[in-house]
Amino acid sequence: VTLMPNYLSAAVAGGQFSAPLRPFRGLIGPLISLLALLGMILCLNRSAFSYFGINLLMLYSVPLMFAAGAQMFVMVTGDIDLGIGPFIGLVNTIAATLLAEAPLWGVVALAGLVLAYAAMGGLIQLRGLPSIVVTLGASFVWLGAAILVLPTPGGAPPAWLNALFATSPPIVPLPLVIAVALAAGLHLLLKRTAYGTVLRGIGGNPAAARRAGRSVLCGRMVAYGIAGLLGVIAGLALTGCTTSGDANLGSDMTLLSVAAVIIGGGTFSGGVVTPIGAVLGALILNLVGSVLSFLDVSSDWQIGAQGLLLLGTLGIRAVRRKARVAA
Amino acid sequence: MTATLRRYPWLLAYMAAFAVWVLTMALSSGRGALGTLDSASILAVFTAIVGLGQMFVIAAGNGNVDLSIPSTMTLAGYLSVNIATSGSFGVITAVFLGLATGLAVGLANAAMILGLRVPPIIATLSSGYILQSLVLSYAHHSTDTPNPILSHLASAHFAGPPTLVILFAIAAFASVAVLRRSAYGRTLLAHGQNATAAYFAGLRVNRVVIITYAISGIAAGLAGVLLAAYAGGAALDIATPYLLTSIAVVVLGGTAISGGIANIAGVWGGAVFLTLLQNLLNVARLAAGWQYISEGLTIILVLTLFSRRTATRV
Repeated sequence: VTLMPNYLSAAVAGGQFSAPLRPFRGLIGPLISLLALLGMILCLNRSAFSYFGINLLMLYSVPLMFAAGAQMFVMVTGDIDLGIGPFIGLVNTIAATLLAEAPLWGVVALAGLVLAYAAMGGLIQLRGLPSIVVTLGASFVWLGAAILVLPTPGGAPPAWLNALFATSPPIVPLPLVIAVALAAGLHLLLKRTAYGTVLRGIGGNPAAARRAGRSVLCGRMVAYGIAGLLGVIAGLALTGCTTSGDANLGSDMTLLSVAAVIIGGGTFSGGVVTPIGAVLGALILNLVGSVLSFLDVSSDWQIGAQGLLLLGTLGIRAVRRKARVAA
Repeated sequence: MTATLRRYPWLLAYMAAFAVWVLTMALSSGRGALGTLDSASILAVFTAIVGLGQMFVIAAGNGNVDLSIPSTMTLAGYLSVNIATSGSFGVITAVFLGLATGLAVGLANAAMILGLRVPPIIATLSSGYILQSLVLSYAHHSTDTPNPILSHLASAHFAGPPTLVILFAIAAFASVAVLRRSAYGRTLLAHGQNATAAYFAGLRVNRVVIITYAISGIAAGLAGVLLAAYAGGAALDIATPYLLTSIAVVVLGGTAISGGIANIAGVWGGAVFLTLLQNLLNVARLAAGWQYISEGLTIILVLTLFSRRTATRV
């Protein structure tokens, strides 16, 4: 297996931090990247650094933050979700149609989607299925359903959803408020609660989790369920930002969500994720898009550049790991 | 029955294909029974070609999978219709473009997987998106119609069956020979069954991974060229369905998703089944959304019912 063993990643992350700061040791790289990007934007366009400018600059990272959170809960169990993008697209179409026309049925449909995600996690665990094929198959189900709900882009989201994403809290712009709240919430959930430790244990060492009397089936269902819930919120946020529905709108989110988790310091080996990093990763990926558009790079290249950023991050880690092993 | 299916999982694909065909005939009250098979077999070739490439990759085990197939197909398709527009020399150019594009993508994928130790799923997912950007910026050029000779070849018949089906049959038999007889094929399956053991046995594991991704890339490149010729031009979403179907035919055809066991007959059966299923949904006048849903559910269902439980998870 080409994955980095857990003990190695812990060694790479370095141990020179004192105990209380240890959970945050992996965040230095992402933080530096974020500040560098903000510096670049400051040079390119000074007017971006107003309350309104930051709101505009970062509003579109809100759906991605939640998508990254969803991907993180799947990746913490050692799996990968290739269906989160089309899933967000499906939520987007439901939010732009059913949720406005028949709010009760809209909520029921969205709750059903969360349950479907939990069931998918249960199926993967029960039958020992490869997550990538199941989630890829599911991605076509989400895409097909989204096309059935809304065959052509359009629709009208409920007014409260549009209003929610147009609110202006005092002093700090909305995207930053959401980023801090989400990062803190995910961090507390995964790193400070007993069940968060169980979820990380399932990904890091399922046999040990089982011997400790924890149900891996239950854990995987909970992790996928939370992923589904965060995916639904991501879809609602996307709808609130764009104020319309489009079945294909979420498709890039699959790569971007994985990239956000990895850029934020997460790994593929299961159990090792950094919730705050994932939110930072989402902000970084979104700002890279902004920098490219400030530099007049065609929007065609945006997703390619974000893919390169993911590969570059992994490449740097591979080089550093080799240096560690050689030393 | 179940025992036979567990032993010969690829039978399922053929049985399912037959059932779907009978159902289609019932719906259209028997009209065009052979015509359906004929057109479905041509369309199935495109799926089967990329499925064959994907089968080699998945047989390598250890989470190997090629998600860059659709973007490779689209890029090769665009290049071929824009550059190789006319003449019999254009046919050679088009085929060469398909080979070269696929080879370049395959080698790049292998370099990321072996050199940077990027998990295959992420390496090929990212390269797929990078290629997608390339296609998007290249697609602004005006698209010509494909080479007429190649277009004719794509829908031609040779002594009864479609030419493409015969060409695929040759490729399939060659693949069987490569898997069973060549050092590469034996090493590939050994690597898929137990990579560590293969490595310690002194097998040239890295070379096998490189060749495998090159095969998958070339298959995707050629399929893209043929598909563009058949469809009368390239389009941005021309290859979108092939991400799932390339993996679906491998799973339907009885290749172990954890690697080490490959089944080529099953790839063809799976491709015919999926194509006939799509045809049935067309005949039944179901919306496009239902086609995606039924394909997605089919793969999950087959995986749930017939996958062999293995310790290694992709």
